[in-house]
Amino acid sequence: MPQPRFLNLGDRALTLEFGETIDQQLVSAVSALDVRLTREITAGRLNGVIETVPTFRSLTVIFDPLVLSRTKLQDRLIAVLSETEASVQQSARHWCLPVCYGEDYGPDLESAAASLGLTEEKVIDLHVSQTYLVYMIGFLPGFPYMGDVDPALYLPRHTEPRVRVPVGSVAITGQQTAIYPWESPGGWQLLGRCPLALFDAQRSEPALLGPGDRVDFQSISEAHYQELAKAMQAGSLDFSQFLLQEVNA
Amino acid sequence: MSTRIRIVSPGTLATIQDQGRFGYRRIGVPQSGVLHADLAWVANMLAGNTADTALIEFFFSGPTLRLDEGTLRLALAGDFSAKLIRDKVKRTLKSWRTVTLEAGDTLQVGSVMSGKAGYIAISGGLDLPQVMGSNSTYLRGGFGGIAGKKILPDSILAVNRETIDAGPDQQLPRSSDLATLGLTQSAPESDLPASIRVIWGPQDDYFTAAALHDFLTGTYKVSQESDRMGSRLEGPILVHHPDKKPEIISDGIVPGAIQVPGNGVPIVLLADGPTVGGYPKIATVSSVDLPKLAVMPPGSQIRFETITPEAAETLLLAHRRKLTGLLSSVEPLALKGVMDIKAMYSSSLISGVVDALNIPEPFDSSESHQ
Repeated sequence: MPQPRFLNLGDRALTLEFGETIDQQLVSAVSALDVRLTREITAGRLNGVIETVPTFRSLTVIFDPLVLSRTKLQDRLIAVLSETEASVQQSARHWCLPVCYGEDYGPDLESAAASLGLTEEKVIDLHVSQTYLVYMIGFLPGFPYMGDVDPALYLPRHTEPRVRVPVGSVAITGQQTAIYPWESPGGWQLLGRCPLALFDAQRSEPALLGPGDRVDFQSISEAHYQELAKAMQAGSLDFSQFLLQEVNA
Repeated sequence: MSTRIRIVSPGTLATIQDQGRFGYRRIGVPQSGVLHADLAWVANMLAGNTADTALIEFFFSGPTLRLDEGTLRLALAGDFSAKLIRDKVKRTLKSWRTVTLEAGDTLQVGSVMSGKAGYIAISGGLDLPQVMGSNSTYLRGGFGGIAGKKILPDSILAVNRETIDAGPDQQLPRSSDLATLGLTQSAPESDLPASIRVIWGPQDDYFTAAALHDFLTGTYKVSQESDRMGSRLEGPILVHHPDKKPEIISDGIVPGAIQVPGNGVPIVLLADGPTVGGYPKIATVSSVDLPKLAVMPPGSQIRFETITPEAAETLLLAHRRKLTGLLSSVEPLALKGVMDIKAMYSSSLISGVVDALNIPEPFDSSESHQ
């Protein structure tokens, strides 16, 4: 297990930083510690820890200083770290999510292809060719930061972010890809749209994807998109059809 | 019969909040909840509620509420007054007390005099569904509170239970040192900037020594661009270290984190702020000072002072002890004055009667500060 740096994030949080890059090794270390701490919290052995927040490269531990002092928490974290194997992984899911690429669904597909010197078909082929890892969820509720995109598709963000990115937009920038769970401002390159609601506060598990999940994309027709979108609205869409398997990664 | 509060007018930016939504930052859901947890706590304690009961938070000017039937006790916390209209007679009440409404009463909550937030707790709480374990409204996500929206005119709030024979109204002792506890603050135009204690990091090493110096010696002003997500500050521009980029690979954020994007203008992130972010965070506001900063109106001046996390912990414990002491000294209005409002009205002595806190005013008038 690589040893993280302990960074102060105010008086009620510590960030345990494993590195400063986007790297699947770092994510494994973060995830292993997260799983281990979650187990401790659930078992009532870390009273005063409110929640943990896994990111690309760090785990933030939020605690109540009126219940648990920082020194005591640090000691416990050091002890837990020494007992944690980096290889321990949480169970994750493998999804195959439908995407309607191009035209109004992916308004940047044409310009992206042009600036990469590829055809639109090739851009779609390269985007569906990878199995992506969900590095973390954040920024907006349910927003999945996924990677890694084929290097032939690396594009910068727009210099002028869009004021409104439509909900469900599938986008790329650099080595990352994501699906926008909400209509929001955004600077990523929009290739297509996914008809599934990535976040619904009323579901027992509000976020569709979780850190550690694997995601494949499948290109679908506009007619198929509309059909799925209609079922989604009617509340009759069965998500299990998009689940390839539960895996122990 | 169920008791309902009718919102005649909602004031500015009134929402339902509780102490927050916890355990969901890992899926990008911020904690939301009251910006000033201490004020909300005072309101709920006065109302006889648990600290986490959902209540009304408003900014700048308060709502006007009407009770059509039943009896209901409300508690008012924050630096404002309210007008109670009963049988066409209007009386001014100071906050820091409860008021027990009768059927037909209207309560016009006024403007906040210091800070920008006010709180109205409802004895027994509101009958609302929880979302992810909380009643806090998260406007951007459109969930929590009342269907994820701010309180609108003509909203009806259903109350969990009617207030039955709750005894005399309650108040904080008049001698309470509310300013020292951060429950009230000096006016924004005051010459002396408020001191806000912060803890360096987590990315103070992304800034030049000059920037760290400017951050501590400069005066910052809370800008107009301040809401429940964050407060943008105006003041010295903070230069990122030339060896580092003004961006990081996103990591965790908590309310109070001061992030500095490439333009060098610091933003203090608050209850509805994002869970992760890609800008370096120079420092994080201490828990003891965050409520005060979070409700400072635009134009308020502040200066940062750094302390260790250990010192922040000690300050927080001492603050909590003082606040608990204040709340244990809550007293019935009737003990100090002649009688409480209910008794006053039921004895039909409409004018010329003094209650514990107020010079009676049959019509609109301002009153002196207590």
